[in-house]
Amino acid sequence: MKKIGFLVASLVASLFASTAFADVAVKLGVLNDRSGVYSDLAGEGSVVAAQMAVEDYKAADKGITVEIISADHQNKPDIASNIARQWYDQDGVDAILDVPTSSAALAVAEITREKNKIFLNSGGGTSDLTGKACSPNTVHWTYDSWQLAHGTASAVVANGGKKWFFVTADYAFGQAMERDATEVVKEGGGEVVGSIRHPFPGTDFSSYLLQAQSSGAQVVAFANAGGDTINSVKQASEFGLAQSGQQLAGLLVFANDVHSLGLQTAQGLMLTESFYWDLNDQTREWSARFEEKMNKKPSMVQAGVYASVLHYLKAVEALGDKDATKVMAKMKETPTDDILFGKGMIRADGRKIHQSYLFQVKKPEESKGEWDLYNLVSTIPAEQSFRPLDKGGCSLIK
Amino acid sequence: MTAITDTNESTIVVEQASGSMPRHHLVIFALLLLLSLAAPFFLYPVFLMKVMCFALFACALNLLLGFGGLLSFGHAAFFGSAAYVSAHAARVWGLTPEVAIILGTLSAAVLGAVIGLLAIRRQGIYFAMVTLAFAQMVYFAALQAPFTGGEDGIQNVPRGDLFGAISMRSDFSLYFVVLVITFGGLLAIYRIIHSPFGQVLKAIRENEPRAISLGYRVNSYKLTVFVLSATFAGLAGATKAIVFQLASLTDVYWTMSGEVVLMVLLGGMGTVFGPLVGAAVIVTMQNYLASFGAWVTIIQGCIFVISVMLFREGIVGVIAKWIRKPL
Repeated sequence: MKKIGFLVASLVASLFASTAFADVAVKLGVLNDRSGVYSDLAGEGSVVAAQMAVEDYKAADKGITVEIISADHQNKPDIASNIARQWYDQDGVDAILDVPTSSAALAVAEITREKNKIFLNSGGGTSDLTGKACSPNTVHWTYDSWQLAHGTASAVVANGGKKWFFVTADYAFGQAMERDATEVVKEGGGEVVGSIRHPFPGTDFSSYLLQAQSSGAQVVAFANAGGDTINSVKQASEFGLAQSGQQLAGLLVFANDVHSLGLQTAQGLMLTESFYWDLNDQTREWSARFEEKMNKKPSMVQAGVYASVLHYLKAVEALGDKDATKVMAKMKETPTDDILFGKGMIRADGRKIHQSYLFQVKKPEESKGEWDLYNLVSTIPAEQSFRPLDKGGCSLIK
Repeated sequence: MTAITDTNESTIVVEQASGSMPRHHLVIFALLLLLSLAAPFFLYPVFLMKVMCFALFACALNLLLGFGGLLSFGHAAFFGSAAYVSAHAARVWGLTPEVAIILGTLSAAVLGAVIGLLAIRRQGIYFAMVTLAFAQMVYFAALQAPFTGGEDGIQNVPRGDLFGAISMRSDFSLYFVVLVITFGGLLAIYRIIHSPFGQVLKAIRENEPRAISLGYRVNSYKLTVFVLSATFAGLAGATKAIVFQLASLTDVYWTMSGEVVLMVLLGGMGTVFGPLVGAAVIVTMQNYLASFGAWVTIIQGCIFVISVMLFREGIVGVIAKWIRKPL
């Protein structure tokens, strides 16, 4: 495994020896996609975010020695589970961070539970992590598929988009997203006039988009992810769906996707995120520091890695111990508060609760810069952002 | 330059070694056994189990490719479907691991019979393409079928208790179970290769029309070796699912088929020990170069090119030529 060589000298720490000195050494492993479709969203940026958290927290002064290592799981659950196992068994890793790609995240969650360590997920999307597959060792920090689908769908329905058409990736994750969003549309008094499944991964969406266009739907929603979303939005723009008056809604779109699509193509797209660099002064300041190191604005996933490491370190410092059971209990009982996600909490099922934001992608003429991508449409309060505790089917909830 | 010489040279030597096991093979098997008994005390057992599963998988393909002369480009279908069946059996039906593995292996055998029956009617590139096509169908089924969990795969497969009694939760005890399976598989393949059946296979590989003219029913031989190879590939896949507690799309994807062909070619096609070496080299590379991400594939590609250009017989094939003994 690649060592980032991020070691805070204990020598310095000893100079500052003072009260409540924790003197704990923790090892964090950032496991994500470093070469494929999610390397932009997570990748090295997540490692940098974790390092920033350690620096900002001044962990060394507080007696916590932090080492951060990273590896590439190539978005494959088998590679992810191999690395996770090896990290826990051999390399003495205390917590695994990030892990985008739901299948890989689920695999890591299981191994973390088996080895009784801590899994601070930021990049994984599936709401099963705090539902069917919930674990006392998982914190699902940044977002989940329920949140994004609900946030976008309920807002669009409330704004009068009543007739929906789904373009869905034909696999479990896409179908689950479509199902979640359909529920919201029907609750809001809307109707689903049609849906079509495209093979996963897909490249040619023309026939699906033509059906969407001729369906008479007001809203065309993309229940897919990553490269599929980028391709389908791009082609929707070529077919002029937005120009013919249809509202496009992305159920899983990130700022990086929009950035790579360009505003010309993505304009008007509605989407939900938990974090955007341009929310307030604090997020702007942090994002500027991040940009200095990475030459791009942080994604919400990277922001989530930062915030989750801060909260983890807080718990370790308070306890003066890194025992997984104790740290998890401490993390759940302490309310979360950081500059990026504001005030929040970690629920019993491992779900981190915070506000989320409904955005609409700007028109090119509205944008003031390369990363000026979104107009904030509305803020979804924390208590409405995530699936209610009793609806997830998590076995930890009685 | 070795590259110019005929690739069959080393394998012809193998054919002389029929009947009882030659002494140097016995020595190698004994050394292998000793090595693998000692290895978990020094190396990470899960890594070693992965090597063993892939070694068995590569040996299974080698049986078909090296001795039957049939290049299957769809062996992931057997490996993966067995992994799915055994994972499902262990997780959903709650069967003990040995029953799950047997079920997985059997399912691969059945699948092998079906695909083999159709595939062996064609030769050369068409055979490879037919197997690839079937493997893609299996991949599609794995992606879509309700019980496979789509791109999540079947996760959290319990390792369970062997025979309902011996807990396999520790990597250590599981290691020795996998060792028994792999070694058993290896010996069985060795026996098949050196049986009269194996001799006929080699005859068919060298000259099919001549074998037909001698009165052998070539197609039934080919089908048999295809099914056998699928079965051992299934055994490897089913075991892998229990070891990693996971059956995923990676196991049925075409890159898996390609990877195992690479292992066989790199180690030495048509040698007994070649696939073991090939699997060990490739898995070790994947493990220790994991931090390079996608570069692993590129490095693998380079190694493949080098091996084709410089030592076409594979690592073990070259060694066999040096020591002038079949390996």
